Amino acid sequence: MQRTYEVMFIVRPDILDEDLDKLIAGLEANITQGGGSIKSLEKLGRRKLAYTVKKFNDGNYVLLTILADGSLVGEIERRLRVSEPVIKFISVRMDEEEKRVAKIKAIRATRKKLSAQPAAAAAAPAPVEAAPAPAPAAEAASA
Amino acid sequence: MADETSTPSAPSTSRPEGSGSSGPGGRPPAGRPSGPGGGGRKFFRRKKVCKFCVEKIDAIHYRDVRLLQQFVAERGKIVPRRLTGVCTTHQRGLARAIKQARNIALLPFAARY
Repeated sequence: MQRTYEVMFIVRPDILDEDLDKLIAGLEANITQGGGSIKSLEKLGRRKLAYTVKKFNDGNYVLLTILADGSLVGEIERRLRVSEPVIKFISVRMDEEEKRVAKIKAIRATRKKLSAQPAAAAAAPAPVEAAPAPAPAAEAASA
Repeated sequence: MADETSTPSAPSTSRPEGSGSSGPGGRPPAGRPSGPGGGGRKFFRRKKVCKFCVEKIDAIHYRDVRLLQQFVAERGKIVPRRLTGVCTTHQRGLARAIKQARNIALLPFAARY
């Protein structure tokens, strides 16, 4: 079953750019061969670490969003663990969270519609009240 | 005595004002005087509201360090709900996000002194 995962890893700061690209390319090849697909790849760049990791205080952060099976994620994690320049990694499953957020957004959208309808109805029978109102508003705009 | 933090007339369920620690940012204004029978006491308690509910932040992500940092004390500890006013649901998500961020060295487990 394919799920979305976020894999973030930190590469040691003294690595060359080409080596980093090579590492990422290798990882990409792994994912596509394993039946997964890459949704996005983001190099977050160099950042100070909150604590020392393997005697490094800085690190190159890379964020990968992938669509993959659980077993493939396990394989990627194994590779990250083995590969020497990677000092830390984390993989987080995102699909359930995304689903939850989408649900909340949908509920909120329906609520907005309900609140918009009575407001439109209320605006209609109050043109008398609306007439003197623009005057101070105009003053405020000119001031 | 307990009068120092809560007025005598206030119900026992009212939370004491978070006076200690580094004040986390998620404390909206909306001042409210203490209980009606509070006498001449010049003590205002702020109504704490959940930042995530008010600002409609749905997903608490381990990547936005700026947001998470508001709910982490100076020493790196997660600030309790009692002090920040975050609702139970969001505190749970927040705690998870902070722990994930700690794992990837975005937040410290314990800040150096």
